[in-house]
Amino acid sequence: MAQAAVTSPTGPGQLVTFDTHPQRYRHWKLSCEGPVATLAMNVDEDAGLRPGYKLKLNSYDLGVDIELNDALQRIRFEHPEVRTVVLTSTRDRIFCSGANIFMLGLSSHAWKVNFCKFTNETRNGIEDSSRYSGLKFVAACNGTTAGGGYELALACDEILLVDDRSAAVSLPEVALLGVLPGTGGLTRLTDKRKVRRDLADLFCTVTEGVRAPRAKEWRLIDGHAKPQQFAAAVQQRAAELAALSDRPQQASGVELIPLARQVDADGYHYPHVDVQIDRKARTATLTVQAPGTDQPSDLEQILALGTDWWPLAMARELDDAILMLRSNELQIGTWILKTRGEGRRVLAVDSIMAEHAGNWFVRETLGMLRRTLARLDVSSRTLFAVIDGGSCFAGTLFELALAADRSYMLSAPERADAPRVALSSLNFGGFETVARVSRIESRFYGHEPPIVQARQSIGQFLGSEEALRLGLVTAAPDALDWDDEIRIAIEERGSLSPDALTGMEANLRFGAAETMETRIFGRLSAWQNWIFIRPNAVGEAGALKVFGTGDKARFNWERV
Amino acid sequence: MNIDYDQKIPNNVDLSSDKALQRALEHWQPEFLSWWREMGPEGSNKFDVYLRTATSVDQAGWAQFGYVKMPDYRWGIFLNPAEQDRKIAFGAHLGEPVWQEVPGEYRSNLRRIIVTQGDTEPASVEQQRHLGLTCPSMYDLRNLFQVNVEEGRHLWAMVYLLHRHFGRDGREEAEALLGRRSGDADNPRILGAFNERTPDWLSFFMFTFFTDRDGKFQLSALTESAFDPLARTTRFMLTEEGHHMFVGRNGIRRIIDRTAEVMVRERTDDPARLRALGVIDLPTLQRYLNFHSSVTVDLFGSDLSSNAATFYTTGLKGRFREERIADDHLLKDATYPVLEVSDAELVGRAAPALNALNERLRDDFVADSISGVEAWNIALRKRGIDHQLAVPHKAFNRQIGPLAGVKISPQGRVVSAATWDAHVREWLPTAEDREFVQSLMGRVVEPGKFANWISPPSGGINGQAIECEYVRFN
Repeated sequence: MAQAAVTSPTGPGQLVTFDTHPQRYRHWKLSCEGPVATLAMNVDEDAGLRPGYKLKLNSYDLGVDIELNDALQRIRFEHPEVRTVVLTSTRDRIFCSGANIFMLGLSSHAWKVNFCKFTNETRNGIEDSSRYSGLKFVAACNGTTAGGGYELALACDEILLVDDRSAAVSLPEVALLGVLPGTGGLTRLTDKRKVRRDLADLFCTVTEGVRAPRAKEWRLIDGHAKPQQFAAAVQQRAAELAALSDRPQQASGVELIPLARQVDADGYHYPHVDVQIDRKARTATLTVQAPGTDQPSDLEQILALGTDWWPLAMARELDDAILMLRSNELQIGTWILKTRGEGRRVLAVDSIMAEHAGNWFVRETLGMLRRTLARLDVSSRTLFAVIDGGSCFAGTLFELALAADRSYMLSAPERADAPRVALSSLNFGGFETVARVSRIESRFYGHEPPIVQARQSIGQFLGSEEALRLGLVTAAPDALDWDDEIRIAIEERGSLSPDALTGMEANLRFGAAETMETRIFGRLSAWQNWIFIRPNAVGEAGALKVFGTGDKARFNWERV
Repeated sequence: MNIDYDQKIPNNVDLSSDKALQRALEHWQPEFLSWWREMGPEGSNKFDVYLRTATSVDQAGWAQFGYVKMPDYRWGIFLNPAEQDRKIAFGAHLGEPVWQEVPGEYRSNLRRIIVTQGDTEPASVEQQRHLGLTCPSMYDLRNLFQVNVEEGRHLWAMVYLLHRHFGRDGREEAEALLGRRSGDADNPRILGAFNERTPDWLSFFMFTFFTDRDGKFQLSALTESAFDPLARTTRFMLTEEGHHMFVGRNGIRRIIDRTAEVMVRERTDDPARLRALGVIDLPTLQRYLNFHSSVTVDLFGSDLSSNAATFYTTGLKGRFREERIADDHLLKDATYPVLEVSDAELVGRAAPALNALNERLRDDFVADSISGVEAWNIALRKRGIDHQLAVPHKAFNRQIGPLAGVKISPQGRVVSAATWDAHVREWLPTAEDREFVQSLMGRVVEPGKFANWISPPSGGINGQAIECEYVRFN
């Protein structure tokens, strides 16, 4: 696989990639026994993704989380018989001590934010699988559970803490580092676990955390057990949760074969997704291909295709392309979303997916698509959908247009190859955003008439006029204006402040409804990212900067 | 209920007028006693023991001798007298007046330091609770009990700080100090070494020689603390720690003396022959020494520690004899060598001195251990034996820090796994060694009599005769 030298924010030629395999894990051990999978953390302190820090005490960096993400994917697809996942560690008296502070101290602002985003998405993915796919998660906190370690536990359905009179759960970020718990800690305390706000305030300011009996009283954990009984208690809860799951008891998994990705100076190239980077214009054009052939309609054939089944293949490639662009191409601020191929094939796949949504593999594929599309929503890049001749924004692929900040559709009614768009039932349920509504519903803020009209158009291929009328696209320039309109829109966008754009887009993308996830991404991460650039955290004497050196942080006491 | 607190609990902290402290201790003291009855020296509650009790911190009061039943021992609370206008000697607060109250900013770290230190005190009592059944003499039994009650008093000292300065949190931690149990898988003591058994008297003497010496260095570092009550209480504790080390130093010296006596008499250094004669051969002694030294060296923590750096900068814990060190006491740009393995060799690498404070304290400890062992070698030479006992290299047999798991000989050579396996039986006690030492452990309690493997001491306790009945079994 070609890996040309690409200018990366983290050092020349050091391309961050997200592919790994359980046989190559340095930090996790995945073992499956019947309906229970155990994912045990044992971070290799000398195997940080970047030089300059040691991953002591089961602390993590992006590399550790890439493995976690991979392991979750393996459980979803390769182990359909798994119903409960136990997250634990193999270390004595330590579960996980959170994100590695020295890594954070060495990292650029962008790297920190991108790292937090990915870890947030992985934890949201845990909850997504619990909500939609019948996979339940038990955090078996066998020792110190601090910071990001506790946040990982918070993403699980249940938290069990060993009661050896030493182990505590804690969120020491504010007191030790002068930052916030950045992976949903505060929001999950309130929204998910309903920890009383005054207790949450106490909890988040005592570095030593809270031990077993009180942690339960405060709703910080669900249960605790003595060391000798701990493993049995975990297994019992895992089995009880497994009994509630509707994942199949007897099904063979689908192996996630490595992606066929080519990287060159122009971008990333996959069978169904192509990324062309224009560095001068600071744009990337992501072109998604519809299925090249008719896709099978019966489950057996679908399962036989496995990762070659178009919706899964496309979703994995798109997911990877998003992650690669986000980590490696910080300056590429505008992503132009395009599609190519036959829309009818996409709609056919959609109806098969809707019909077999109860099958585990189809359900996981829908989940993969949902989470991939959700990654787009939270990517701090301008998203423009360009619906031009030869495109196929239909059903699942129309979600790309709906996720975009703007969509431009070529108006050329006289031409045979004029683009057409189409909706499928999946646009109305299946690909919920993190606000837990469909993108159509979010687009119209739940206002019924346009949603009903759109719904009535399901299955019809709509020309630009109709798409405009239904409010499904932003603008429809005709063929004479098209090139200039698109060029100017992109150039103009590219001239605006990237920070202001990130803020504006995030404000507009999520509609009116708030959920825990939107609060995590919006409220929490906005505050966190502000704190991350303030001198009190990252100045010469900032708390994050001096952590571990023995130097005392010096604050500017002015409240802002 | 009107209790005369000053009579019941000797103290110099004005206990009789401190209502908050009284409330805390009223609750805790009965729990301490029930812990002592359950976990203190086995079967000893009715014994009258000739013990030293501290009733004040002055020359006359710190060592009051008399017979006492241990549950009735007057565990007291003593702080060394305050030093007028004491100033903080290091770190970011250098030169500022010391603190009489806990600064809110440092509550958590101070609590952690005190709890970690406090936890070791009852732990060692628990580790040693069966030793009374195999004591080599009544004199040694009494010394064991003295060590035990003083570990109990050290617990009181830490509990006083928790009660007096840490509110409800402190009371809970004080209770937890009685709740944990050495070696209990469900409920272990905080530090690993304090969950190991002290199975025999050779181990006990080694423990008091090495591990109580760790106590000396940790306490010394705390005597420098900007938190004055901690500094003053640890100063007083050091006097007692000194006695514990005396027990170890002399215990081993008497073993050596006895072995040397037999070696000279029988003109042999053959371990098998010496074992048959019921004394502990020097190679076995060396292996025990290696074991206890290396386990204790680990107690100083990882070579590079951000906690150690923070504790220093914030004034919580200084270096050994901080005030005698001629530098800026800030250590901002200073370096200190730590060991790492490079090309199969141990090499020193300059590390930030602040982060290397554990290593520095470890080095101070090792130097002190070496001079302690040298005294034994002198005793050997006096008997005409040129065998040298030696403190193993600090990198030997490490379980904590970057050298953990690296195979390093007692001389400090990096060796292959094969070499290690070939020599480990010469370097660390074997199961047979332990079995042999265990086989010597009979109970000798007739006043003035001593087990065959150990010489009598040169004198008794507090001017009493060696034959004194130090423990009355009743």
